[in-house]
Amino acid sequence: MDGVGALDLILSGDRTLFAIVRLSLLVTLSATLLAAVVGMPLGATVALTRFPGRDAAIVMLNGLMGLPPVVVGLLVFLALSRSGPLGSPGILFTPTAMIIAQAVLIAPIIAALTRQLVEDLWAEYRDELTAMEVGPLARVKTLLWDARFSLVTIGLAGFGRAAAEVGAVMIVGGNIDGFTRVMTTTIALETSKGNLALAIGLGLVLITLIMAVNAIAWGVRQWAERHAG
Amino acid sequence: MPDSAVIADGLHARAAASTGSLPIRFEGIDFAVGATHILSGVELELHAGGPTVLMGPNGSGKTTLLKLAMGLLTPTAGSITFDGASHAPARARAIMFQKPVMLRRSVAANIAFALEAAGRPSSTSDIRRLLDLAHIAPLAERPARRLSGGEQQRLALARALAREPQVLFLDEPTASLDPSSTKLVEEIISQVSASGVKIVMSTHDLGQARRLAHEIVFMAGGRVVEHEPAASFFNQPATEEARRFLAGELVV
Repeated sequence: MDGVGALDLILSGDRTLFAIVRLSLLVTLSATLLAAVVGMPLGATVALTRFPGRDAAIVMLNGLMGLPPVVVGLLVFLALSRSGPLGSPGILFTPTAMIIAQAVLIAPIIAALTRQLVEDLWAEYRDELTAMEVGPLARVKTLLWDARFSLVTIGLAGFGRAAAEVGAVMIVGGNIDGFTRVMTTTIALETSKGNLALAIGLGLVLITLIMAVNAIAWGVRQWAERHAG
Repeated sequence: MPDSAVIADGLHARAAASTGSLPIRFEGIDFAVGATHILSGVELELHAGGPTVLMGPNGSGKTTLLKLAMGLLTPTAGSITFDGASHAPARARAIMFQKPVMLRRSVAANIAFALEAAGRPSSTSDIRRLLDLAHIAPLAERPARRLSGGEQQRLALARALAREPQVLFLDEPTASLDPSSTKLVEEIISQVSASGVKIVMSTHDLGQARRLAHEIVFMAGGRVVEHEPAASFFNQPATEEARRFLAGELVV
Protein backbone atom coordinates (compact mmCIF):
# COMPACT_ATOMS: atom_id res chain seq x y z
CA MET A 1 0.00 0.00 0.00
CA ASP A 2 2.93 2.28 0.71
CA GLY A 3 4.10 1.78 -2.87
CA VAL A 4 0.72 2.91 -4.21
CA GLY A 5 0.82 5.91 -1.89
CA ALA A 6 4.31 6.73 -3.18
CA LEU A 7 3.19 6.64 -6.81
CA ASP A 8 0.17 8.72 -5.90
CA LEU A 9 2.43 11.39 -4.40
CA ILE A 10 4.59 11.49 -7.49
CA LEU A 11 1.75 11.44 -10.03
CA SER A 12 -0.35 14.01 -8.18
CA GLY A 13 2.65 16.39 -8.19
CA ASP A 14 2.78 16.60 -4.40
CA ARG A 15 4.16 20.02 -3.53
CA THR A 16 6.19 18.91 -0.53
CA LEU A 17 7.75 16.09 -2.47
CA PHE A 18 8.70 18.25 -5.43
CA ALA A 19 10.03 21.07 -3.26
CA ILE A 20 12.37 18.53 -1.69
CA VAL A 21 13.40 17.20 -5.12
CA ARG A 22 14.03 20.74 -6.37
CA LEU A 23 16.25 21.63 -3.40
CA SER A 24 18.14 18.35 -3.70
CA LEU A 25 18.91 19.02 -7.34
CA LEU A 26 19.90 22.61 -6.65
CA VAL A 27 22.29 21.58 -3.87
CA THR A 28 23.85 18.61 -5.64
CA LEU A 29 24.21 20.24 -9.06
CA SER A 30 25.77 23.34 -7.49
CA ALA A 31 28.11 21.20 -5.42
CA THR A 32 29.13 19.18 -8.49
CA LEU A 33 29.80 22.33 -10.46
CA LEU A 34 31.83 23.84 -7.62
CA ALA A 35 33.80 20.63 -7.09
CA ALA A 36 34.47 20.34 -10.83
CA VAL A 37 35.70 23.92 -11.11
CA VAL A 38 38.17 23.28 -8.28
CA GLY A 39 38.87 19.57 -8.72
CA MET A 40 39.46 19.29 -12.45
CA PRO A 41 42.20 21.93 -12.80
CA LEU A 42 43.70 20.70 -9.52
CA GLY A 43 43.81 17.11 -10.77
CA ALA A 44 45.26 18.17 -14.11
CA THR A 45 47.91 20.31 -12.42
CA VAL A 46 48.98 17.46 -10.16
CA ALA A 47 49.12 15.22 -13.24
CA LEU A 48 51.38 17.59 -15.15
CA THR A 49 53.71 18.92 -12.49
CA ARG A 50 56.55 17.34 -10.57
CA PHE A 51 57.12 18.60 -7.05
CA PRO A 52 58.53 17.21 -3.80
CA GLY A 53 55.93 15.09 -2.05
CA ARG A 54 53.92 14.53 -5.20
CA ASP A 55 53.56 10.79 -4.57
CA ALA A 56 52.25 11.50 -1.08
CA ALA A 57 49.83 14.07 -2.51
CA ILE A 58 48.50 11.53 -5.00
CA VAL A 59 48.05 8.87 -2.32
CA MET A 60 46.26 11.42 -0.15
CA LEU A 61 44.04 12.55 -3.02
CA ASN A 62 43.13 8.96 -3.81
CA GLY A 63 42.52 8.25 -0.14
CA LEU A 64 40.24 11.26 0.20
CA MET A 65 37.93 9.68 -2.39
CA GLY A 66 36.73 7.47 0.42
CA LEU A 67 35.96 10.30 2.86
CA PRO A 68 32.97 9.33 5.00
CA PRO A 69 30.18 11.88 4.44
CA VAL A 70 29.52 12.23 8.16
CA VAL A 71 33.14 13.18 8.76
CA VAL A 72 32.96 15.78 5.98
CA GLY A 73 29.72 17.01 7.55
CA LEU A 74 31.40 17.26 10.91
CA LEU A 75 34.42 19.16 9.54
CA VAL A 76 32.29 21.61 7.58
CA PHE A 77 30.01 21.97 10.62
CA LEU A 78 33.01 22.89 12.79
CA ALA A 79 34.31 25.33 10.19
CA LEU A 80 30.95 27.04 9.69
CA SER A 81 29.66 27.07 13.28
CA ARG A 82 29.53 30.47 14.99
CA SER A 83 32.84 29.93 16.77
CA GLY A 84 34.50 28.30 13.77
CA PRO A 85 36.96 29.93 11.36
CA LEU A 86 34.25 30.54 8.72
CA GLY A 87 31.39 31.12 11.11
CA SER A 88 30.83 34.84 10.64
CA PRO A 89 28.51 34.74 7.56
CA GLY A 90 26.17 32.48 9.51
CA ILE A 91 25.54 30.01 6.73
CA LEU A 92 25.35 26.87 8.85
CA PHE A 93 21.97 25.13 8.44
CA THR A 94 21.39 26.73 5.03
CA PRO A 95 21.48 25.19 1.56
CA THR A 96 24.77 27.04 1.00
CA ALA A 97 26.38 25.03 3.78
CA MET A 98 25.02 21.85 2.20
CA ILE A 99 26.51 22.80 -1.15
CA ILE A 100 29.89 23.40 0.49
CA ALA A 101 29.77 20.09 2.35
CA GLN A 102 28.91 18.09 -0.76
CA ALA A 103 31.54 19.95 -2.78
CA VAL A 104 34.17 19.10 -0.14
CA LEU A 105 33.01 15.49 -0.25
CA ILE A 106 33.28 15.04 -4.00
CA ALA A 107 36.08 17.45 -5.00
CA PRO A 108 38.72 14.83 -4.09
CA ILE A 109 36.88 12.23 -6.19
CA ILE A 110 36.80 14.56 -9.18
CA ALA A 111 40.41 15.67 -8.66
CA ALA A 112 41.77 12.14 -8.22
CA LEU A 113 39.96 10.72 -11.24
CA THR A 114 40.93 13.76 -13.34
CA ARG A 115 44.55 13.36 -12.26
CA GLN A 116 44.61 9.77 -13.49
CA LEU A 117 42.82 10.60 -16.73
CA VAL A 118 45.01 13.58 -17.57
CA GLU A 119 48.18 11.72 -16.66
CA ASP A 120 47.28 8.92 -19.08
CA LEU A 121 46.41 11.43 -21.78
CA TRP A 122 49.65 13.32 -21.15
CA ALA A 123 51.63 10.15 -21.82
CA GLU A 124 50.02 10.13 -25.25
CA TYR A 125 50.32 13.88 -25.92
CA ARG A 126 53.65 14.68 -24.27
CA ASP A 127 55.93 14.58 -27.31
CA GLU A 128 53.43 16.32 -29.56
CA LEU A 129 52.69 19.20 -27.17
CA THR A 130 56.32 19.56 -26.16
CA ALA A 131 57.32 19.74 -29.83
CA MET A 132 54.70 22.45 -30.35
CA GLU A 133 56.20 24.31 -27.37
CA VAL A 134 52.85 24.49 -25.61
CA GLY A 135 53.32 26.24 -22.23
CA PRO A 136 52.37 24.72 -18.85
CA LEU A 137 49.03 26.52 -18.45
CA ALA A 138 48.01 25.86 -22.03
CA ARG A 139 48.86 22.18 -21.51
CA VAL A 140 46.40 21.94 -18.63
CA LYS A 141 43.77 23.65 -20.75
CA THR A 142 44.44 21.50 -23.80
CA LEU A 143 44.40 18.21 -21.93
CA LEU A 144 41.22 19.10 -20.03
CA TRP A 145 39.55 20.07 -23.27
CA ASP A 146 40.64 16.93 -25.08
CA ALA A 147 39.51 14.82 -22.12
CA ARG A 148 36.18 16.59 -21.99
CA PHE A 149 34.01 13.57 -22.80
CA SER A 150 35.63 11.49 -20.08
CA LEU A 151 35.43 14.43 -17.69
CA VAL A 152 31.65 14.36 -18.08
CA THR A 153 31.70 10.81 -16.73
CA ILE A 154 33.91 11.92 -13.85
CA GLY A 155 31.52 14.76 -13.11
CA LEU A 156 28.71 12.20 -13.03
CA ALA A 157 30.59 10.02 -10.59
CA GLY A 158 30.80 13.07 -8.32
CA PHE A 159 27.15 13.91 -8.89
CA GLY A 160 26.09 10.36 -8.04
CA ARG A 161 28.10 10.35 -4.84
CA ALA A 162 26.75 13.74 -3.75
CA ALA A 163 23.17 12.89 -4.63
CA ALA A 164 23.32 9.66 -2.67
CA GLU A 165 24.97 10.88 0.52
CA VAL A 166 22.98 11.68 3.60
CA GLY A 167 25.42 12.22 6.47
CA ALA A 168 27.04 15.50 5.38
CA VAL A 169 23.87 17.38 4.44
CA MET A 170 22.10 16.09 7.54
CA ILE A 171 24.79 17.56 9.82
CA VAL A 172 25.36 20.93 8.13
CA GLY A 173 21.80 21.42 6.84
CA GLY A 174 19.99 20.27 9.94
CA ASN A 175 17.17 18.67 7.91
CA ILE A 176 14.91 21.67 8.53
CA ASP A 177 11.45 21.15 7.11
CA GLY A 178 10.84 23.28 4.03
CA PHE A 179 14.33 24.79 4.12
CA THR A 180 17.19 22.29 4.16
CA ARG A 181 15.36 19.00 3.77
CA VAL A 182 16.60 17.04 0.76
CA MET A 183 15.66 13.66 -0.63
CA THR A 184 18.15 11.53 1.26
CA THR A 185 17.62 13.20 4.63
CA THR A 186 13.84 13.05 4.17
CA ILE A 187 13.97 9.37 3.29
CA ALA A 188 15.96 8.69 6.44
CA LEU A 189 13.62 10.72 8.60
CA GLU A 190 10.31 9.57 7.13
CA THR A 191 11.37 5.93 7.24
CA SER A 192 12.12 6.20 10.91
CA LYS A 193 8.75 7.90 11.44
CA GLY A 194 6.99 5.12 9.56
CA ASN A 195 5.83 7.42 6.74
CA LEU A 196 6.92 5.00 4.08
CA ALA A 197 4.88 6.45 1.20
CA LEU A 198 6.90 9.67 1.05
CA ALA A 199 10.16 7.80 1.65
CA ILE A 200 9.50 5.35 -1.17
CA GLY A 201 8.29 8.13 -3.46
CA LEU A 202 11.47 10.09 -2.92
CA GLY A 203 13.55 6.97 -3.34
CA LEU A 204 11.94 6.34 -6.70
CA VAL A 205 12.47 9.94 -7.79
CA LEU A 206 16.10 9.85 -6.64
CA ILE A 207 16.90 6.70 -8.58
CA THR A 208 15.03 7.97 -11.65
CA LEU A 209 16.87 11.29 -11.56
CA ILE A 210 20.27 9.65 -11.30
CA MET A 211 19.38 7.35 -14.19
CA ALA A 212 18.08 10.27 -16.25
CA VAL A 213 21.17 12.41 -15.66
CA ASN A 214 23.35 9.48 -16.67
CA ALA A 215 21.27 8.79 -19.76
CA ILE A 216 21.51 12.43 -20.86
CA ALA A 217 25.25 12.49 -20.30
CA TRP A 218 25.63 9.24 -22.24
CA GLY A 219 23.63 10.66 -25.13
CA VAL A 220 25.63 13.89 -25.13
CA ARG A 221 28.86 11.89 -25.12
CA GLN A 222 27.75 9.71 -28.02
CA TRP A 223 26.69 12.71 -30.04
CA ALA A 224 29.81 14.70 -29.24
CA GLU A 225 32.20 11.86 -30.05
CA ARG A 226 30.61 11.51 -33.44
CA HIS A 227 30.83 15.23 -34.09
CA ALA A 228 34.07 16.19 -32.40
CA GLY A 229 36.14 13.02 -32.65
CA MET B 1 45.02 21.77 -57.05
CA PRO B 2 46.56 24.76 -55.29
CA ASP B 3 49.48 26.57 -56.81
CA SER B 4 52.44 25.09 -55.03
CA ALA B 5 54.70 28.06 -55.72
CA VAL B 6 52.30 30.40 -53.96
CA ILE B 7 51.81 28.02 -51.07
CA ALA B 8 55.50 27.46 -50.61
CA ASP B 9 56.05 31.21 -50.64
CA GLY B 10 55.32 31.72 -46.94
CA LEU B 11 57.65 28.91 -45.98
CA HIS B 12 60.31 30.10 -48.36
CA ALA B 13 60.24 33.66 -47.06
CA ARG B 14 60.79 32.44 -43.53
CA ALA B 15 63.42 29.86 -44.45
CA ALA B 16 65.37 32.36 -46.51
CA ALA B 17 65.21 35.09 -43.89
CA SER B 18 66.17 32.81 -41.05
CA THR B 19 69.54 31.95 -39.72
CA GLY B 20 70.78 30.17 -36.74
CA SER B 21 69.67 26.54 -36.66
CA LEU B 22 71.98 25.01 -39.26
CA PRO B 23 74.31 23.28 -39.28
CA ILE B 24 73.14 20.90 -36.57
CA ARG B 25 76.17 19.27 -35.03
CA PHE B 26 76.04 16.12 -32.90
CA GLU B 27 79.24 15.64 -30.95
CA GLY B 28 79.93 12.47 -28.98
CA ILE B 29 76.26 11.80 -28.41
CA ASP B 30 75.40 8.93 -26.09
CA PHE B 31 71.86 8.14 -25.12
CA ALA B 32 71.01 5.41 -22.66
CA VAL B 33 67.88 4.35 -20.83
CA GLY B 34 69.05 2.57 -17.70
CA ALA B 35 71.67 0.09 -18.80
CA THR B 36 70.46 0.02 -22.40
CA HIS B 37 72.59 2.08 -24.76
CA ILE B 38 70.48 3.37 -27.64
CA LEU B 39 73.05 5.73 -29.16
CA SER B 40 76.80 5.54 -28.69
CA GLY B 41 79.33 8.13 -29.76
CA VAL B 42 77.28 9.69 -32.53
CA GLU B 43 79.17 12.30 -34.55
CA LEU B 44 77.10 13.94 -37.24
CA GLU B 45 76.76 17.26 -39.01
CA LEU B 46 73.64 18.23 -40.89
CA HIS B 47 73.86 21.18 -43.27
CA ALA B 48 71.36 23.20 -45.22
CA GLY B 49 70.35 21.65 -48.51
CA GLY B 50 68.28 18.75 -49.76
CA PRO B 51 66.67 16.11 -47.53
CA THR B 52 68.81 14.05 -45.19
CA VAL B 53 67.38 10.57 -44.85
CA LEU B 54 68.18 8.37 -41.85
CA MET B 55 68.20 4.71 -42.69
CA GLY B 56 68.94 1.62 -40.69
CA PRO B 57 67.29 -1.42 -39.19
CA ASN B 58 64.76 -1.28 -36.36
CA GLY B 59 66.37 -0.27 -33.10
CA SER B 60 69.29 1.46 -34.77
CA GLY B 61 68.46 4.74 -33.01
CA LYS B 62 66.86 6.80 -35.81
CA THR B 63 63.82 7.95 -33.85
CA THR B 64 65.96 8.69 -30.80
CA LEU B 65 68.30 10.81 -32.91
CA LEU B 66 65.34 12.80 -34.29
CA LYS B 67 63.90 13.31 -30.81
CA LEU B 68 67.27 14.47 -29.50
CA ALA B 69 67.58 16.92 -32.37
CA MET B 70 64.08 18.17 -31.64
CA GLY B 71 64.95 18.65 -27.97
CA LEU B 72 62.43 16.09 -26.76
CA LEU B 73 65.19 14.01 -25.20
CA THR B 74 68.41 15.05 -23.50
CA PRO B 75 71.58 13.19 -24.40
CA THR B 76 73.26 11.16 -21.68
CA ALA B 77 76.58 12.52 -22.93
CA GLY B 78 77.78 14.79 -25.71
CA SER B 79 76.33 17.95 -27.15
CA ILE B 80 74.06 19.07 -29.94
CA THR B 81 74.60 22.55 -31.34
CA PHE B 82 72.61 24.62 -33.78
CA ASP B 83 74.86 26.91 -35.80
CA GLY B 84 77.25 26.76 -32.88
CA ALA B 85 74.66 27.58 -30.21
CA SER B 86 73.42 25.10 -27.64
CA HIS B 87 69.81 26.09 -28.25
CA ALA B 88 67.99 26.32 -31.54
CA PRO B 89 66.16 29.60 -32.15
CA ALA B 90 62.54 29.54 -30.98
CA ARG B 91 60.20 27.70 -33.34
CA ALA B 92 63.08 26.85 -35.67
CA ARG B 93 62.30 23.15 -35.51
CA ALA B 94 59.22 21.06 -36.07
CA ILE B 95 58.62 17.33 -36.05
CA MET B 96 56.08 14.90 -37.40
CA PHE B 97 55.86 11.60 -35.56
CA GLN B 98 55.32 8.20 -37.04
CA LYS B 99 51.98 8.01 -35.24
CA PRO B 100 50.92 11.63 -34.77
CA VAL B 101 48.42 12.43 -32.04
CA MET B 102 45.29 14.09 -33.35
CA LEU B 103 43.81 16.62 -30.96
CA ARG B 104 40.12 16.02 -30.30
CA ARG B 105 38.84 18.80 -32.47
CA SER B 106 38.31 19.57 -36.12
CA VAL B 107 41.05 19.49 -38.75
CA ALA B 108 41.03 23.28 -39.03
CA ALA B 109 41.10 23.62 -35.22
CA ASN B 110 44.14 21.33 -35.08
CA ILE B 111 45.96 23.71 -37.40
CA ALA B 112 44.72 26.75 -35.51
CA PHE B 113 46.07 25.17 -32.33
CA ALA B 114 49.51 24.65 -33.88
CA LEU B 115 49.55 28.24 -35.17
CA GLU B 116 48.65 29.62 -31.74
CA ALA B 117 51.17 27.38 -29.99
CA ALA B 118 53.78 28.82 -32.35
CA GLY B 119 52.79 32.27 -31.17
CA ARG B 120 51.08 33.23 -34.39
CA PRO B 121 47.51 34.41 -34.72
CA SER B 122 45.47 31.69 -36.38
CA SER B 123 44.20 33.71 -39.31
CA THR B 124 41.75 32.09 -41.68
CA SER B 125 44.12 32.63 -44.59
CA ASP B 126 46.99 30.86 -42.81
CA ILE B 127 44.76 27.93 -41.95
CA ARG B 128 43.52 27.81 -45.52
CA ARG B 129 47.06 27.91 -46.91
CA LEU B 130 48.16 24.99 -44.74
CA LEU B 131 45.02 22.99 -45.51
CA ASP B 132 45.73 23.46 -49.21
CA LEU B 133 49.38 22.59 -48.83
CA ALA B 134 48.45 19.29 -47.17
CA HIS B 135 45.58 18.62 -49.60
CA ILE B 136 43.04 18.39 -46.78
CA ALA B 137 40.98 21.54 -47.42
CA PRO B 138 37.74 19.58 -48.03
CA LEU B 139 38.16 17.93 -44.62
CA ALA B 140 38.56 21.18 -42.68
CA GLU B 141 35.49 20.73 -40.48
CA ARG B 142 35.81 16.98 -39.93
CA PRO B 143 36.89 15.67 -36.51
CA ALA B 144 40.62 14.99 -36.85
CA ARG B 145 40.37 11.58 -35.19
CA ARG B 146 37.92 10.47 -37.84
CA LEU B 147 40.40 10.92 -40.68
CA SER B 148 42.15 8.04 -42.44
CA GLY B 149 45.80 7.31 -41.64
CA GLY B 150 47.04 9.18 -44.69
CA GLU B 151 44.86 12.19 -43.97
CA GLN B 152 46.01 12.27 -40.35
CA GLN B 153 49.62 12.16 -41.49
CA ARG B 154 49.04 15.11 -43.83
CA LEU B 155 47.27 17.04 -41.08
CA ALA B 156 50.26 16.38 -38.81
CA LEU B 157 52.49 17.71 -41.58
CA ALA B 158 50.35 20.85 -41.88
CA ARG B 159 50.54 21.31 -38.10
CA ALA B 160 54.32 21.00 -38.17
CA LEU B 161 54.53 23.48 -41.05
CA ALA B 162 52.35 25.92 -39.12
CA ARG B 163 55.50 26.62 -37.11
CA GLU B 164 57.25 27.76 -40.29
CA PRO B 165 60.31 25.79 -39.24
CA GLN B 166 63.80 26.05 -40.66
CA VAL B 167 64.29 22.35 -40.01
CA LEU B 168 61.54 19.74 -40.27
CA PHE B 169 62.09 16.31 -38.73
CA LEU B 170 59.94 13.49 -40.07
CA ASP B 171 59.91 10.13 -38.31
CA GLU B 172 58.84 7.48 -40.80
CA PRO B 173 56.30 9.81 -42.36
CA THR B 174 54.68 7.16 -44.53
CA ALA B 175 55.29 3.96 -42.54
CA SER B 176 51.66 2.85 -42.46
CA LEU B 177 50.29 4.52 -45.58
CA ASP B 178 49.06 3.08 -48.86
CA PRO B 179 50.94 3.92 -52.08
CA SER B 180 48.76 6.84 -53.13
CA SER B 181 48.89 8.47 -49.70
CA THR B 182 52.63 7.89 -49.65
CA LYS B 183 52.97 9.60 -53.01
CA LEU B 184 50.99 12.59 -51.81
CA VAL B 185 53.07 12.94 -48.64
CA GLU B 186 56.28 12.64 -50.67
CA GLU B 187 55.09 15.39 -53.01
CA ILE B 188 54.48 17.67 -50.05
CA ILE B 189 57.88 16.84 -48.59
CA SER B 190 59.58 17.66 -51.91
CA GLN B 191 57.68 20.91 -52.15
CA VAL B 192 58.59 21.92 -48.60
CA SER B 193 62.21 20.98 -49.21
CA ALA B 194 62.25 23.02 -52.41
CA SER B 195 61.04 26.03 -50.45
CA GLY B 196 64.25 25.95 -48.43
CA VAL B 197 63.17 24.05 -45.33
CA LYS B 198 65.76 21.50 -44.26
CA ILE B 199 64.18 18.04 -44.13
CA VAL B 200 65.64 15.38 -41.86
CA MET B 201 63.64 12.19 -42.04
CA SER B 202 63.84 8.51 -41.23
CA THR B 203 62.38 5.81 -43.42
CA HIS B 204 62.46 2.06 -43.98
CA ASP B 205 61.29 2.49 -47.53
CA LEU B 206 64.31 2.14 -49.83
CA GLY B 207 62.34 3.45 -52.80
CA GLN B 208 61.31 6.51 -50.84
CA ALA B 209 64.89 7.12 -49.77
CA ARG B 210 66.02 6.93 -53.39
CA ARG B 211 63.28 9.34 -54.48
CA LEU B 212 63.75 11.94 -51.76
CA ALA B 213 67.22 11.74 -50.29
CA HIS B 214 69.93 14.23 -51.02
CA GLU B 215 72.15 12.43 -48.54
CA ILE B 216 71.86 9.31 -46.43
CA VAL B 217 72.81 8.78 -42.82
CA PHE B 218 73.01 5.03 -42.29
CA MET B 219 72.72 3.88 -38.69
CA ALA B 220 73.17 0.50 -37.08
CA GLY B 221 73.45 -0.50 -33.45
CA GLY B 222 73.16 3.07 -32.18
CA ARG B 223 76.03 4.37 -34.28
CA VAL B 224 76.28 6.38 -37.48
CA VAL B 225 77.89 3.93 -39.85
CA GLU B 226 77.81 5.97 -43.06
CA HIS B 227 77.00 9.52 -44.04
CA GLU B 228 77.12 9.80 -47.81
CA PRO B 229 75.47 11.56 -50.72
CA ALA B 230 72.46 9.44 -51.71
CA ALA B 231 73.84 8.38 -55.09
CA SER B 232 77.07 7.01 -53.73
CA PHE B 233 75.34 5.31 -50.80
CA PHE B 234 73.01 3.40 -53.06
CA ASN B 235 75.54 2.68 -55.80
CA GLN B 236 78.58 1.96 -53.71
CA PRO B 237 77.87 1.49 -50.02
CA ALA B 238 81.15 1.90 -48.21
CA THR B 239 80.50 -0.57 -45.43
CA GLU B 240 79.54 -4.20 -45.27
CA GLU B 241 76.64 -3.36 -42.92
CA ALA B 242 75.12 -0.92 -45.43
CA ARG B 243 75.61 -3.37 -48.28
CA ARG B 244 73.81 -6.11 -46.35
CA PHE B 245 71.04 -3.71 -45.34
CA LEU B 246 70.47 -2.69 -48.95
CA ALA B 247 70.48 -6.33 -49.96
CA GLY B 248 67.66 -6.92 -47.51
CA GLU B 249 69.72 -8.91 -45.07
CA LEU B 250 69.11 -8.17 -41.44
CA VAL B 251 71.68 -6.12 -39.64
CA VAL B 252 71.69 -6.53 -35.89
